[in-house]
Amino acid sequence: MPGTVQSIERAAAVLRLLAAAPNGLGVADLGNALGLAKTTVHGILRTLHQVGFVEQDHTGAHYHLSDAFGRLGESYLDPNELRSRAINWADSLASRSGEVVRVGRLVEGKVVVVHHVFRPDDSDQDLDVGTTLPPHATALGKAVLAFDTSGAARPRKLEAYTTRTITDPARLAEELTAVRARGWASEFEEHTVELASIAAPIRGLGGLVVGAVGLAGRVERICDSRLRHRADLVSMVSATAEAIGRDLREDT
Amino acid sequence: MAEQYVAAVDQGTNSTRCILFDRRGRLVSVAQREHPQLFPRPGWVEHDAEEIWRNVIRVVPAAIRQIGAEPSQVVAIGITNQRETSLLWDRFTGRPIGHAVVWQDTRTDRLVTELAGDEGPDRFADLCGLPLTTYFSAPRIRWMLDHTPGLRQRAARGEILFGTMESWLIWNFTGGTNGGLHATDVTNASRTMLMNIETLEWDDTLLEAFDVPRAILPEIRPSSGVFATATEVLPGVRIGAALGDQQAALFGQTCFSAGEAKCTYGTGSFLLLHTGQEIVRSKHGMLTTVAYQIGNHPASYALEGSMAVTGSLVQWFRDGLGMIHTAAEIETLARTVEDNGGAYIVPAFSGLFAPHWRSEARGVIAGLTGYITKGHLARAVLEATAFQTLEVVDAMNADSGIALTALKVDGGMTANNLLMQFLADLLDVRVVRPMVTETVSLGAAYAAGLAVGYWPDLEGLRSNWHRAGQWLPHMDPRRRETEYANWKSAVQRTFNWIRPEDQEL
Repeated sequence: MPGTVQSIERAAAVLRLLAAAPNGLGVADLGNALGLAKTTVHGILRTLHQVGFVEQDHTGAHYHLSDAFGRLGESYLDPNELRSRAINWADSLASRSGEVVRVGRLVEGKVVVVHHVFRPDDSDQDLDVGTTLPPHATALGKAVLAFDTSGAARPRKLEAYTTRTITDPARLAEELTAVRARGWASEFEEHTVELASIAAPIRGLGGLVVGAVGLAGRVERICDSRLRHRADLVSMVSATAEAIGRDLREDT
Repeated sequence: MAEQYVAAVDQGTNSTRCILFDRRGRLVSVAQREHPQLFPRPGWVEHDAEEIWRNVIRVVPAAIRQIGAEPSQVVAIGITNQRETSLLWDRFTGRPIGHAVVWQDTRTDRLVTELAGDEGPDRFADLCGLPLTTYFSAPRIRWMLDHTPGLRQRAARGEILFGTMESWLIWNFTGGTNGGLHATDVTNASRTMLMNIETLEWDDTLLEAFDVPRAILPEIRPSSGVFATATEVLPGVRIGAALGDQQAALFGQTCFSAGEAKCTYGTGSFLLLHTGQEIVRSKHGMLTTVAYQIGNHPASYALEGSMAVTGSLVQWFRDGLGMIHTAAEIETLARTVEDNGGAYIVPAFSGLFAPHWRSEARGVIAGLTGYITKGHLARAVLEATAFQTLEVVDAMNADSGIALTALKVDGGMTANNLLMQFLADLLDVRVVRPMVTETVSLGAAYAAGLAVGYWPDLEGLRSNWHRAGQWLPHMDPRRRETEYANWKSAVQRTFNWIRPEDQEL
């Protein structure tokens, strides 16, 4: 049928067959059932395996649906796995920028901090991994919210933390559109006075946003003399998000 | 002028990496390739050394390409490696004789018992600082020479070369059969049981005791100093350092003075305490080892508490048992329960290392009841690392006479927040991690950079160290005592597992 993607149709057929075969199926079984060459089936299975929908048994001879496939609505990336992929790059960002860095992801309408790197000035700081941040009032939050389709961005009461916090849903929607357009998010005294932050989304397989990485600090260090977020810091944050995403997507 | 970097090549137990660092000691790019762990028999662990060299050939250019740099921007190569893993290769063909026998391998069990004889495992400790166990290279070399027909004669004729992995890499980097340099550094040599810890030279008494021909041994060099200029992979770039991974981590954590300590959490975990230029003999099960030697300055020494199985227990949980898909998921699974449920895992897969040193011990899962779920086992997997650390810290405190007040940590497992918190709780000290968790590679880079003048001195390196994260203790002291007592009880149950009559020759 014109307008559809043939490989996805075939992948869907493979998934249906696997769903009906409790003991799994081999490449030849699938090839015979669908009238496809073994190399074609193999390519489909390898890709389905890479995206986490299909697993092999320990002999490698049979494939079956993965647990993840049965839980499609849930996040595909384990938060601890996200941290382990992000840690070197996030640490490096903190080192190069001289600011606090956090990696977060959206869980039930809140941003959960998955990794936190201290500001590298050896001052007294508390690790806040596992705590939550408001998505509408932080750059980290806006960076994930802008790409969320689950409805966490639906208008509801938006709490004010400072006089600058966005509390109007229409204004928030505009802000998130701007985030999508320029690829990064910012915040200026919207969560804590005298602090500003910059964040960028982390894209996993297929372009799915799995979280965000950002830095935060005093306004006079994060922004230039015209109170705009410093372009060099924006570049660093974007490059970090890109590096983490690349690591995630290259995984085999 | 274009930015210049130092390339660290970290040939580890599980993978080989190339990491580029800039002048401020910041990680700029990473390329990594894993290699398979080969288990031909229970207790045997091997690596394919040719595959490892092929991985080196791939990761070095990949790390440089990652930031769009040119090989000419690399000013030095610093090599660091999994220690004690032993390889023999043919000087004329360049081919290894069989596989590299890994540090966790226990095939020399029986041999080590026999060599200890009546004098016991500390028979050679005065000369080399190490107890007789399956961990170190000399028993392995002896085993390999004994078990391959004709090999001993070839070795005596000078046709065979021995090396730990840094020697293998240096030899291949400098041309292999075409003029390759056969060298090692003092830290790696100090793990063979063939080097005299005071003179820093191969010791005739030890060579004779293990029946190892001098002809196969590499030249011993300082850790930081130009070894040679590479002709392969990065032609024209000087190899400025080689040191064992744990010593590299000590260096990367800028522990340059007596009393400074770090613990690296990876496949195994290793607590090292810098003891200055003094050789401190442990009475509580720690090892005496060389920390590093910079050029022709006197060497620095360290006390080491080696824990063989920590991260590798997580990998076993993933690959051997299939309970988790990725190593990081151990934390997710462990967090599904509140505590260990009474279960304890003592991972004596290669016998017990510090502080007990029992080659005949094997792993145990204790305290099982119908209540235990895989979540509790995941907790026990993580707690095993913390309990082993506590045992080693106690031993180190007893040897040094000073109590630890903070623990500097590094290595892959420091990404696990649950583990780090439990560690702080159990040890009752502040646990601190630095900006660069890859301190093993950083240390190799520092040592190489110093040798070529990229960095002027140690003080400048210290100022690169910054705290990235910290965990503070908050466990009820009574609970700590009970848990520790339970652990120690589980450890007792690993003793005397392999019976002498069952040990292979």
